[in-house]
Amino acid sequence: MAQPDDYGFSEEAALLKYSARKFFKSNFPTDKLQKMVADNPDSARVQISNWDKALWQQLLELGWTLLAVPESADGLGLPAVAVAGLVEEVGRAAFPCPLLATLNTTYVLAACGESANGALREIAEGTTATLALTNRAGSWQPEDTEVVASEGKLNGTAYFVQDAGKVDKFLVCARKGTGHSLYWVATDAPGITVHADAIVDLTRDQAHVDFADVEADQVCEDGLKALGQAFPAICTMLAADVIGAAEWQLQTTAEYARTRTQFDRPIGFFQAVKHPLVDVMIQIDEAKSLVYNAACAIDHEPKRAAEYAHMAKASASETAAFASSRSVQFHGGIGYTWECYVQLYFKRQKHSQMLWGDAAWHRGRLADIVLGKVS
Amino acid sequence: MSESDSKDTPEQAEFRQHCRDWLCDNTPAEPSFRLPISALEIMTEEQLKYLKDWQKSAYDAGLVGCDYPVEYGGGGRTNCQRIANEEMHRAKTPYMPNIIGLGMAAPTLLHHGQEELKKHLLPRLLSGEDIWCQGFSEPGSGSDLASVQTFAQRDGDAWIINGHKVWTSLAHFAAWMIILLRTDKTEKHGGLSYFVVPISSALGQGVTVKPLIKMTGETGFNEVLFEDLPVNDGLRLGGLGQGWQVATTTLLHERDAGELVTPRSGGMKNAASHNADTANLIDLARKTQYNGKPAVQDPLLRDRIMQQLIRETGLQENQRRARVPALLEHPARLQLQNKLLRSEIAQETAALALEVAGASASLYLGDENAPAGGQWPLAYMSTYGNTIAAGTSEVQRNILGERVLSLAKSK
Repeated sequence: MAQPDDYGFSEEAALLKYSARKFFKSNFPTDKLQKMVADNPDSARVQISNWDKALWQQLLELGWTLLAVPESADGLGLPAVAVAGLVEEVGRAAFPCPLLATLNTTYVLAACGESANGALREIAEGTTATLALTNRAGSWQPEDTEVVASEGKLNGTAYFVQDAGKVDKFLVCARKGTGHSLYWVATDAPGITVHADAIVDLTRDQAHVDFADVEADQVCEDGLKALGQAFPAICTMLAADVIGAAEWQLQTTAEYARTRTQFDRPIGFFQAVKHPLVDVMIQIDEAKSLVYNAACAIDHEPKRAAEYAHMAKASASETAAFASSRSVQFHGGIGYTWECYVQLYFKRQKHSQMLWGDAAWHRGRLADIVLGKVS
Repeated sequence: MSESDSKDTPEQAEFRQHCRDWLCDNTPAEPSFRLPISALEIMTEEQLKYLKDWQKSAYDAGLVGCDYPVEYGGGGRTNCQRIANEEMHRAKTPYMPNIIGLGMAAPTLLHHGQEELKKHLLPRLLSGEDIWCQGFSEPGSGSDLASVQTFAQRDGDAWIINGHKVWTSLAHFAAWMIILLRTDKTEKHGGLSYFVVPISSALGQGVTVKPLIKMTGETGFNEVLFEDLPVNDGLRLGGLGQGWQVATTTLLHERDAGELVTPRSGGMKNAASHNADTANLIDLARKTQYNGKPAVQDPLLRDRIMQQLIRETGLQENQRRARVPALLEHPARLQLQNKLLRSEIAQETAALALEVAGASASLYLGDENAPAGGQWPLAYMSTYGNTIAAGTSEVQRNILGERVLSLAKSK
């Protein structure tokens, strides 16, 4: 199947994207984010998930979590390019919420077949969820999970579980016999203990989750197949979040370079500042083009979706690192302070950079596809 | 249906079919002699004739200048040049010789030329009968283009030109030159005017063309000296003192950021045409031994080859996204990056190819053991033409920083 030249990015998709931008601009300016998540710089503070539940509730009512749910499970079944456009705006606002986690879960459930229809319907009704499948070493290959299923019960620990403190359900990948299956379970089910991690990123939360004889519903027998099928969407949506956040970093730093004066000139006059800022913009644009290409492949050219998603996340990870580095450096002394907003995006981007695989990891997988595996 | 044609308008779809039918019967056979890497290195009459014949036949079939008005020798179509270009690449045709004319002179003439001039010059330009060159840079005016000193002195209805242009590709074959001249020494930008001037018909009568040799050993660009060349005022494009504004149209098109799509063909595999792209790089890595294994199996080289592939794909996708206004933050942001990215990515890819080739990268054209006939060192050196010409990469970054990010101007 061929990709449409315009990525299939419809008027409806543009409306969704730009109304989201407007929504965050009026309801969630960056000073509000700073007040909400950065009230306490003490690293010994208790880890609590700071987020605006009331605002999130409004977004739930607007139907944001059912955008990616297939129509057969009472969702809207929007194409991935439209969802990516929305996620870009969430990244730009660095809005703390379980949208990405729920979207990721949705894409995996949608790849499970009929057995997951019940779980998908729950999401369509407003349930939020996240994936629990990473091991202690932070492997992004779900077959490395440390959770084991036997006789319908889960035991073990899942690490690096994203936004675990905000969601209603876990979708767990567990070893079962010689295979791996997926389980759907409430986050407060008996036997589950959620340990919040102390993390750098103030706009997310993360936890490791203990499972001790937890009864859970199996929603998919061949879990690795479903996860493999959904992986391009997981990487592409995170990359969309990254380019949105990077655009904020670029615009904020350019604004500072236009107004901050040294040696009697705005610092943006100096090519030591001007040229690297242009390079940040160039990286964002390449990554953004690759994100829409990957999203369009998910919709129209699934055979190449993995290849394009690796490109998108590799490019986005590099962009996250470079845009963050320049945003702090070019703000000078103030950029190094807790009160300056660039720290919030710097930390969010550092988290995103490694989440679901850093640039080198994705290039390694891409090389296996393009060049063949090394014998 | 392929990727590119699924969104054609009815006019584009019909035109695409016409291109395919014609190319099927009329794509020329490879020549028996070597063609240079691009039109900018054409050295012999034999090469020139082969390429001019190709451009003329493609023009006669309506594949060149399709979006130009009929009264100026064009096809009078809408957004069809891109279709023709895609089909010519697909058919692996030769490239067009009149690259400066098509890419820079034609859009500038169309926007700023007087009616008579356009009717007289454009048809012969589009068909390739008249080869064009560009007289912008001077020995003392490179990145600071608006400082040009070649002077036009008013003499009744005419102008007398004296000065020195340099890096002038194709001047040795050119009938015409687009030229940026100083008509007023008291103002920098406001003292410039833009003309078209005859070259071949004035050789020895006020015009001297001297070849320059590139670091690759190729010729193709020149110095052009003007000594008391008389030029009629009717050959001026735009108003007196408006030369900088007219030159902006030229430069935008030169950097792939103009509104008209440049007629461009190519794709022919030739012993001496070797694009510095990742497809060729991967081909080299498969054939080359590195530490006792095929280079394509070396983990560090694999990573770096993927970095190039990702950037190259990103650039292609930029060009696609530039056609989707809903996904743009600023109207010119992607177009102004094209030239910079195309030249720098090719340079990095060629540099990596030399590393992959290892000791064999020392072998150049003419050595029977050279990988790909020695084309990689040539391709690598040639990329510097592209990161320097048409506004250096440094100037491109200034333009992007100032126009798109509104940072303070360098000058």
